[in-house]
Amino acid sequence: MTDWIAFIALITGALFVLVSAIGLLRLPDLFMRMHATTKTTSLGITLILIGVLITFPTWSVLLKGLLIIAFIFLTSPLGAHMISKAGYLLGIKKWDRYVRDDLNRDHHLSKE
Amino acid sequence: MIILGAKIALYLLIASFFLIMVRLIKGPTLPDRVISLDLLAFVALGIVLLNMIITGELEYLDIVIVISLVIFIATVAIAKYLTKGKDHD
Repeated sequence: MTDWIAFIALITGALFVLVSAIGLLRLPDLFMRMHATTKTTSLGITLILIGVLITFPTWSVLLKGLLIIAFIFLTSPLGAHMISKAGYLLGIKKWDRYVRDDLNRDHHLSKE
Repeated sequence: MIILGAKIALYLLIASFFLIMVRLIKGPTLPDRVISLDLLAFVALGIVLLNMIITGELEYLDIVIVISLVIFIATVAIAKYLTKGKDHD
């Protein structure tokens, strides 16, 4: 039974990472690519880690695994925020079909 | 059973590795390449985890801790370098 749960967790996590790679390749813009990569990757790595935790049920593995999960969920949005703001301040080319841009309206940060 | 699942997941991660390499080479701007490298590091982290299941060695988990620390530090450092200190958040 636990074998099957670990199997499903591993396959689902790897599929999430594959979907984020396809999104990174196919989406038209830096911000959309970042939307594809960050959330999906943290969920996929967490699922793979859950598979590892089910496979090796000891206390040290459980402690380290929960530490890694907490750290990834804390730092992945922070890094994504900093990179996206850096790209925005660099004035990279945005997709031409965006409707509104609240950051530019509030702070006048964009170069264009 | 678990080892079979780990091998299938390993193949899926290697396929995503090649897709990310295409974006890393093609990427029009520097932040695109940065997020490609970020995702590559996450794929390497997943490969280390699956290798831990296949070989059964528990010491690989320490490597995963170190990689997850290095990813964050590298991303923040590159973001600060790109804005050259203009971003005051």
